[in-house]
Amino acid sequence: MKRVLSVVALTAVMFAVQSASAQTLKQVKDRGILNCGANTGLAGFGLPDAQGKWTGLDVDTCRAVAAAVLGDANKVKFVPLSAKDRFTALQSGEVDVLARNTTWTSSRDTQLGLNFTGVNYYDGQGFLVRKALKVNSALELNEASVCVQQGTTTELNLADYFRANNMKVKTVTFASSDEAVKAYDSGRCDAFTTDASGLYAERLRLATPGDHIVLPEIISKEPLGPAVRHGDDQWFDVVKWTLFAMINAEELGITSKNTDEMLKSTSPDVRRLLGSEGAFGEQLGLGKDWALQIVKQVGNYGEVFDRNVGAGSPLKIDRGLNKLWSKGGLQYAPPVR
Amino acid sequence: MSTELKAGSPPASVPFYNDPKVRSIAYQIALCLVVAGLIYGAASNAIENLQRARIASGFGFWDNIAGFDISQTLISYSNTSTYGRAFWVGLLNTLLVAGLGIIFATILGFIIGIARLSKNWLVNKAATFYVETIRNLPLLLQLLFWYNAVLKALPDLRDSVKIPGGIYLNNRGLFMPAPSAQAGFGFVELTLLVGVIGAIAYRYWARKRQEQTGQQAPVFLVSLGLIVGLPLLVFLLAGMPLKFDFPEAGRFNIAGGLEVVPEFAALLFGLSIYTAAFIAEVVRAGILAVSHGQTEASYSLGMKPGPTLRLIIVPQAMRVIIPPLTSQYLNLTKNSSLAVAIGYPDLVQVFTGTVLNQTGQAVEVVAITMAVYLTISLVTSFLMNVYNSRVKLVER
Repeated sequence: MKRVLSVVALTAVMFAVQSASAQTLKQVKDRGILNCGANTGLAGFGLPDAQGKWTGLDVDTCRAVAAAVLGDANKVKFVPLSAKDRFTALQSGEVDVLARNTTWTSSRDTQLGLNFTGVNYYDGQGFLVRKALKVNSALELNEASVCVQQGTTTELNLADYFRANNMKVKTVTFASSDEAVKAYDSGRCDAFTTDASGLYAERLRLATPGDHIVLPEIISKEPLGPAVRHGDDQWFDVVKWTLFAMINAEELGITSKNTDEMLKSTSPDVRRLLGSEGAFGEQLGLGKDWALQIVKQVGNYGEVFDRNVGAGSPLKIDRGLNKLWSKGGLQYAPPVR
Repeated sequence: MSTELKAGSPPASVPFYNDPKVRSIAYQIALCLVVAGLIYGAASNAIENLQRARIASGFGFWDNIAGFDISQTLISYSNTSTYGRAFWVGLLNTLLVAGLGIIFATILGFIIGIARLSKNWLVNKAATFYVETIRNLPLLLQLLFWYNAVLKALPDLRDSVKIPGGIYLNNRGLFMPAPSAQAGFGFVELTLLVGVIGAIAYRYWARKRQEQTGQQAPVFLVSLGLIVGLPLLVFLLAGMPLKFDFPEAGRFNIAGGLEVVPEFAALLFGLSIYTAAFIAEVVRAGILAVSHGQTEASYSLGMKPGPTLRLIIVPQAMRVIIPPLTSQYLNLTKNSSLAVAIGYPDLVQVFTGTVLNQTGQAVEVVAITMAVYLTISLVTSFLMNVYNSRVKLVER
């Protein structure tokens, strides 16, 4: 009987891929919980702590979606995904949102049936090497062995960079970031490469972090952002505007601490965002207070950045490109109106 | 045959749908239609869904530029090669580790299997300990163990172990001088070919003569002379047309020469040692399956223990050993896909790993990979079946 059931289930899965992808918003509301594809463990972006509580910039993006859709930032189930498996998990409907430091590229946007909803972290690829090697620039890495994680843009950028600079490289590829870092730590490679934010995070996990430095070169553009399935415009809008709401909130000075005061604000921009004026939440298929819940429960973009990767975190990464546009960075959100 | 058909054809009173022959054919046709319909339904549905979700499909990716590097390549490959080329690199890496693994596992397995039958207490117990430990631990754990053992135990690049003859050993691998053939080496290869053919011919002649006259010929010595001695002589006469490309220590790595990466070594160790434990049991069972009476009968005919083992016991044991041995070979080949855990670029790591991820075409890539493993396994078991039909007991 069990076998018959499993055959039926398998057939049902094969024949029912499409129906799963059309009404994600309704499904999430009915289910009462958001399935979020997260990293298997990257400090600052998605990492379960000793109590099993997930923390990170990507993780908080998912929480913000849950706050907007379900009114409760804690109604998220995090599914840890390797770089290799992440797209299949999203395509097949196992997760509703993929927020897993994933680089937005043209082929992923067009060939994989995904839509990137925005950029929650502007990153670039760098190299981590041992201080003892006395290397000051990535251009000195000719003939070096480099450990890298498989199935990433990193793997391709690495090959491109060495080819463009007429250098040779010995690439050693591992299925997970964990294995790649371990191999680097045990001396299998001269360098480890990934997005710069990841380098700072992984360095903390090495046996002696002080013996390693991040080289100054940033060899690629890595706009990281959440992605959803192609073909569900309503859900695409919800996830896209969740991120915009967080950025707008920072710009308007709304924080998780002052939401109650801000509700009394007379500024039309603030009133529109927090739902005291207009019906912008309803237009998205959400409640009136969607943005209020995001900011109240999760925080604005600046708070989330600071707490997970910025000055308030062990990583202490400079905001750099991720400053608001009004402060010389690239984070810019269209207005709510 | 035709008379039987006539006799078996039903009398007119039985309707055709009660004819067992008609029924069985009808059932089979119906089953085929259902299976074909299911496959067609699943395939067309999958294609339609992929298109609707705007996920690329088809095999057009095969000729696109791969853009990534692979750490071990048996054929020339660079990051400007195509995905198709990457597939062949992965396939050859799989075949290399599986082929060498089968050879090592067989040798080790036969030794351990025979050792388990030894009357020497220590040898016997050591072999038992080996089998019981190795075959009861998961292979994945053993691979991780070997990989970490290789990486941790070997010295850092700067403290490489230098072995005389230009060999370096460190945690980046084993670096050896690579032989490269110079002009005139073709003669040596030609002589080797002639030697092998000559040795086969001589063996055939010697056997015929022994069957007719009973006289034995020194087959081993003559074969050795033909296969090793003759080419060596030509090699020396041609002025040793072989140059060695020595590895040299660079700033980061040792460049040039022949390189054995630690991922490969760990995988080969792990697979050989693991499978050898199973082969040892197969061998032991095979030898025990030959009744002791055969040995006694052979001795009573005046044969010595050596020829008794070679001509009486082993040929009879082989027919018991071959079928389960085939399964072990197939297991080893398929287990080589665990390479993905330790970063050895085999077919699964390169093709269903990186290529799948960069192209996003999971259905096609996985289908190709499954077809490849199926083909490798079917070819292996076909060859083993051919060998089995040659050694099996001929009933007269």
